[in-house]
Formats: sequence, C-alpha cells, structure tokens
Amino acid sequence: MSEVKKIATRDSYGNALVELGAEYDNLVVLDADLAAATKTGVFKKVYPERHIDCGIAESNMIGIAAGLATTGKIPFASTFAMFAAGRAFEQVRNSVGYPHLNVKIAATHAGISVGEDGATHQCNEDIALMRTIPGMTVINPADDVEAKAAVKAAAAFDGPVYLRLGRLAVPVINDNEDYRFEIGKGVTLKEGKDLTIIATGLCVSSALEAAEKLEADGISTRVINIHTIKPLDEELVVKAARETGRIVTVEEHSIIGGLGGAVCEVLSEKAPVPVKRIGVNDVFGESGPAVKLLEKYGLDGAGVYRQIKKFL
Amino acid sequence: MTTLELQKMAVEVRKGIVTSVHSAKAGHPGGSLSAADLFTYLYFEEMNIDPADPKKADRDRFVLSKGHTAPGLYSALAHRGYFPVEDLPTLRHIGSHLQGHPCIAHTPGIDMSSGSLGQGISAAVGMALSAKLDGKSWHVYTLLGDGEIQEGQVWEAAMFAGAKNLDNLTVIVDNNNLQIDGTVEEVCSPYPIDRKFEAFNFHVINVADGNDMDQLRRAFEEAKTVKGSPVAIIMKTVKGKGVSFMENNAGWHGKAPNDAEYETAMEELTKAGEALCQK
Repeated sequence: MSEVKKIATRDSYGNALVELGAEYDNLVVLDADLAAATKTGVFKKVYPERHIDCGIAESNMIGIAAGLATTGKIPFASTFAMFAAGRAFEQVRNSVGYPHLNVKIAATHAGISVGEDGATHQCNEDIALMRTIPGMTVINPADDVEAKAAVKAAAAFDGPVYLRLGRLAVPVINDNEDYRFEIGKGVTLKEGKDLTIIATGLCVSSALEAAEKLEADGISTRVINIHTIKPLDEELVVKAARETGRIVTVEEHSIIGGLGGAVCEVLSEKAPVPVKRIGVNDVFGESGPAVKLLEKYGLDGAGVYRQIKKFL
Repeated sequence: MTTLELQKMAVEVRKGIVTSVHSAKAGHPGGSLSAADLFTYLYFEEMNIDPADPKKADRDRFVLSKGHTAPGLYSALAHRGYFPVEDLPTLRHIGSHLQGHPCIAHTPGIDMSSGSLGQGISAAVGMALSAKLDGKSWHVYTLLGDGEIQEGQVWEAAMFAGAKNLDNLTVIVDNNNLQIDGTVEEVCSPYPIDRKFEAFNFHVINVADGNDMDQLRRAFEEAKTVKGSPVAIIMKTVKGKGVSFMENNAGWHGKAPNDAEYETAMEELTKAGEALCQK
C-alpha cells in the first residue's frame, strides 16, 4: 500500500477552488480563522481579494454567505464540520436552506479521522443534520479525484450544497480515465452477487479492501461508492438489495442518520433485506493518530471485513 | 415625500398592520407598529427601489432582522406597490405569500428570509460586503429589535461590519424597550446600546423619537455623510405606537386584536389620518 498516492480531500478542495477562481469571477471563499487547515489559504494566495476571513464566528459566516448569495455571488464557506453543521446548524437551515440560497458549505475535518484533537472536533453527526434540511445536497467524496470533481460540480450546481471533507490523506482510488462525477449518481466500483457494501468518503477504500478479502473467502461482493448521500441514488441501492440480498453500509459517521440511515430508509420501504450498518456506534470519538483511530473503531479494511464476517 | 405625506402614509401602513394581524388572528402588532414610521421612511423616501422591478440589480436592500414584525414590512411593501394591499388580510393563512416571517422565495420585495433572531444582520452584512467587492454604490439597511440584540450573532456581525469598514451598511435598532417577558432591562439589559455599537466601530446616531418623521429624516441624512464605518441608528420608539391600548404594553408583542379591539384600533387610526388631512 505504500505505493498508493494519498491526498486529503481538504487539499483537493483548496486546489479545486484555485481552478474555479479563474472560471467564476463571482466565486468567493469565506473562512473562520482556519484557512491553513481548511486549505482555503491556497485560494487566498491567488485571489486574496475574494477570500474573506470572518474570524472565529461561524454562525455569522454562514449568514454572510447567505447575504452574498442573494446578490449573485457563489460563496464557499469553510470551517470544520463540527462548526459548520453543528454550531451553525440553525443558520444553515434558516438562512441558507429555507431561502434555498446558492451557498456551498465546505466542511473539513469531518469524522474521527480528525485524530489527535479528539471528540470535541470529531463530527460524526453532520450528514444526519444536513440531510434533514429540505433542498440540501450532501456530498461526501472518497478521494482526491472525486473531491475535486465534487467541488466543481457544486460550483456549477444552483442551490445549497454541503461538502464533507477530511483531514487525513486518503488513497486515490478514482484515477481511472473513465471516471466521471455526477451529483446524485452512485458508482459501482466492483460487481458481486452475494452481498453489497455501500460506502462513502474515506470508507470506500476500506470497503474495497474488505471486499478483496471476502472474495478470497468465496463471497462475491459488490462495492458501491455513494458520494452523494442526498439526493441518494435510490435506484442503485434498491437494485443492489434485490440482486445481492444483503447490504452493508460503511461510513465514518454515526450509524444513526448518516449513509446507513439513509439506505435503511429507502430499503425498508422499497426492498427490505438484512442490513448491517458499520460506522461510529453512537459514541464520541477520542484523541489518537487518525489511522489508529480508524482501526480502533473498525473502519479500516480489516475492521470492515471483521464486522461483515460477523454479520454473515 | 414631504413629512406630512410620509406621516399620512405611516397611518395607512399602521392600518395594514392592524388589518392583517386581526385577519390572521395571530402575529406581532407591537413591534410592527413601533417600526411603522421607519418602514414608511425607508420605502417611501430613503431607499433606491423599484416595485415594478423588485430584483433590480443596483437597488438598495433591506433585511428585516426582527422578522416577526413582518406585518409592518408587508404593509409598507403593499402600499409601495409591490403587491396588492388587498393581500394583507391573507397574512399567515394557508397558501398566502405572506408567511408569518418574511421569505425571499414567497413575497415580492423581500430581500432576505428572516425571523430567527440575530440572523438577518449577518445576511445584510454579506450583501454590503458584496457591494464593496464589486465597487457598487447600493446601500444595505437592516432593522433589529432591542431584544434581538441579546443574540450573540448580532455582535459577531457587528464586529465584522466594523472591522471591514462597511460604510454601505446602516443598522437600525428599534428600541421600544419591551420584549416578550417584560422590559429589556428586566429580562437581560442590552444597554448601553449606543456605546456597544460604538465599541464595534460603528458611527452611532441616537434618535430620541423614532416615531417622528423629521427626526428619522435627520438621522438618515446624517448617516449619508458617514464614510469609512457602518452606521447604527438607535431609535427610541413606542411599542404599539398609534393604537392607544397597545402602546407600551408587552402583552401586544405577539397577540392579535379581537373584533372589538380591531374596530377601536381602526377608528383611532382613521381619526389620526383625518387629523393629518386637516394640516
């Protein structure tokens, strides 16, 4: 694995913003004193006049983004997921969601892979919070290629978008030439007939690793990457349930209300099959190196494999 | 408009408030009436707007941060010609474009959805920032309640506006001194309001009587001369102004008049309008 190229999706975000800055002169970037961490600092270097630091005041930042959007700007508002979806939830709901403004919320440092900062900064609830807001699009890209594509798609899309990005460098898995990104369209990475693993974000590579081990055990495993949790690709999810009969969801998020919740909502109504939700099991995170934490919480390839074997 | 014309219009705006809240059997007459003169001044005198083209790119913007006083804004917008005055009694009814709190997607002339206190001012700051980024000359106005400024987000927004020298932003505080649970001092005093905004680098203009058109005119004329910092106009007003039994009574913050009270209120306002016509 040491040969695999690894990039954090927050870096992909900063790099994509620089490219978009040339394309859209109405694109502006807001940050809340975290430009070095969210990687909007990369944009600031090239377009200092379009980078606005709001200070440590996330609620106000979201409101400013809303105001900018009413005048035709495309604001990308960035901070950690904890503060974007958590602290500023009501601002996102009432100032962005209700008026359906063209605000992009790029939330970095999502999930336990924040690492050493620990539970206060490890947001495992943001997907659940954001997807309950009517009209909100929620995207959780798996790697550098997908994150860049998602940021560009968000800029081109008219409406509020929540982009979930990570701090940890993760393997590039979508570097195939025919890769294309479409909001709301899941990607089947591997065919299989006994079981489908539906994963999102950095857990997609864990799912692929687990699938490889399952295949070695003689279990034909389909792997689907759901980068857009809302709107969910229901057709693909239902088809997988009907064809493989069992579903496992994997996410670096609470098992309550995230990808697992979204998949179960669809399947319970349209194609009930046994489902195992793998994620953060209704607990807070803790301090530690990100990779070790992913292992401890069973979200690395080995952990996912272990939990699936138990399920089967 | 002359002061007398503005005063007459303010009476009509007040009638619209009383009529819509009575018809809705719910709503917020007290703070709508205290700000009725301000709504009138902004929409009939101060702002560069065009009711025939509500989204005109270079228009001035208004954000009603104290969004619960939507009946006042709706009445001003209707009388200014954004939509028929006959729509006002549909306030808060199912299917009406006049929602309980303002919504940009529903009502012509609304520049921002608001109602969750403390949020409107941030959006107004964002609009002012946008004009600065583009070198545009349009101006942004936002109205806050004196109770609303207990929200921390107001001061996040004020800090930003002051720090970034947004002199195209005018914040107005409707200081009627009453909120739901009592006087603002009894609940959690925001005073001194003027010195707080001064500390956030605002040019502050105190208005002794925000229900007096001449005083409002002087304040907004002074505001126009300010360069390099945002302006806060702190106006003392009377909650429920213009309807005797609602004046200075926190009980009329969020209560609709019954039929008899409605008749009395409309009689008082009609008389006030007739008195102005004698001038």
